[in-house]
Amino acid sequence: MRWVVAALLVLLLLGWLQGLAFNQALDWPTIGQYFLNYDVLAGLGRTLLITAVSIVVAVVLGALLATMRLSDNPVLRGLAWLYVWFFRSIPLLVLLVLTFNLSLLWPTIDIGIPYGPVFVSVNTQELINPMVAAIVTFSLQQAAYTSEVLRASIQSVPAGQREAAVALGMTRTRTMMKIVFPQAFRVALPPIANDTINLLKSTSLVAFIAVPDLMYSVQQIYSSNFRIVPLLIVATLWYMIVVSILSVGQYFIERALRSSPSRVGRRTIEADPVLPDSATPDDIAAERTADAGTTPKENRA
Amino acid sequence: MSPFLQVTDVTKRYDDVTVIDDVSLEVERGETVVLLGPSGAGKSTLLRCMNMLERIDRGRIVLDGEELGWKPRKGVMRELSGRAEARQRQDIGMVFQSFNLFSHLTVLQNVIEAPVGVLKRPKAEAIAEAHDLLRQVGLDHKADAYPAQLSGGQQQRVAIARALAMHPKLMLFDEPTSALDPELVSEVLDVIKGLATTGMTLVIVTHEIGFAREVCDRFVFMEDGRIVETGASDRLTVDGATSPRTRNFLSRVL
Repeated sequence: MRWVVAALLVLLLLGWLQGLAFNQALDWPTIGQYFLNYDVLAGLGRTLLITAVSIVVAVVLGALLATMRLSDNPVLRGLAWLYVWFFRSIPLLVLLVLTFNLSLLWPTIDIGIPYGPVFVSVNTQELINPMVAAIVTFSLQQAAYTSEVLRASIQSVPAGQREAAVALGMTRTRTMMKIVFPQAFRVALPPIANDTINLLKSTSLVAFIAVPDLMYSVQQIYSSNFRIVPLLIVATLWYMIVVSILSVGQYFIERALRSSPSRVGRRTIEADPVLPDSATPDDIAAERTADAGTTPKENRA
Repeated sequence: MSPFLQVTDVTKRYDDVTVIDDVSLEVERGETVVLLGPSGAGKSTLLRCMNMLERIDRGRIVLDGEELGWKPRKGVMRELSGRAEARQRQDIGMVFQSFNLFSHLTVLQNVIEAPVGVLKRPKAEAIAEAHDLLRQVGLDHKADAYPAQLSGGQQQRVAIARALAMHPKLMLFDEPTSALDPELVSEVLDVIKGLATTGMTLVIVTHEIGFAREVCDRFVFMEDGRIVETGASDRLTVDGATSPRTRNFLSRVL
């Protein structure tokens, strides 16, 4: 029965693929013609740039927000909460268009002390071009989500790790940087990789504010030659290729992290091969009993 | 001369529960003191107060003439900054019940992390010393292993080496063998016994009465957050103890 179902499904898939491949509207020659088109590739470059900058800013800002959220200081905690609440509440597209039109709200951006002197004043319209608006929007919103991922990861590091570091005379900053973050990032990596893939695809929204990314570039082309489906397939294929590369990268990074055994039981325990020359008879006896007695227990752990 | 470690009138509360109630205790340099008592007696909490992992609500703890967590300035006692508090903790080694080795670092990296990162010792020197310490606890051949690849007893011995690498004045042991399988207990106790003979000052919370009697100079029996009795190690028997409560406890665990 299982084989019958499987065969039927494979048959359906083959039939659909064949129909797709020979569909005249798909127009494979046009797809081939535009696949490596200069504008399409330049658009792909911008898509990658927005994604890369945004995820880096999001991780750094997110780590800062997560630390604030977990701090003892109620003001810092409150501000971090407010940030996450604000940026998670606004739909990405709304935020994007809003950022792009920031100059309508604030014609100039002033850097200075509130109610005090102004050091720098920039014309908002000149500062926020579509590309800047896109990067700012995606960075700020992604930081809100990444900070939540990092907060949970930091909390997943056992309290004993922090206590041991503090007991060795490490300052709080050092404890976070050297002991907590390295362990938290291992936990955070799969969800962050997932978010990166999501972010990459979400960047297609920048077409709304006329950033010539991958999506906007193919739109420009099909609005003049009307080959809508082939050009959308070009964009689809490129998104699929980049996502596949990211997924493979994620797989290898996760595998590398897994093989450095940060968690109990991921590697089997090898038996003590040679005892050190300097070991005393007591040490040897203790070692023997220890290793003889515990191997099964450790494998279980 | 005032004692090496002086705990004076220390009280610790969690909300309304008083876990340590007006406890005073003195430990001389080079002395080994064992804290005994039923669970919930406040032994571990008292130990954690001794390196400021817990804040005390009243009283003072002075180590080697320096008050922990406070400093007089212009005639007023002021709380130390986080940095100064960390500085004081460098002199106090702590060994935890659950080992708490840094799981993302190898055995060697665990031992040198604080000497290099906190004390700024040259790395080569710290590595050489770490190998010496690991040899002392019989685990130099595991220097490149990760904590997850070691048995509990081995992890605890590494934790002891890690604490010793800071050259502490005082070592605190918080039930160092309670999380171990019975057959692994002796390898850790042997290392602690060895340490007691080197002149290091040790304060140990343990439930191993036989070990306590063997290793300590003095025992302190606690119950309900108070010290019931202190005495020399040879009095650590049902007949030797003075207080009926100590006798009662010992008769149940011996």
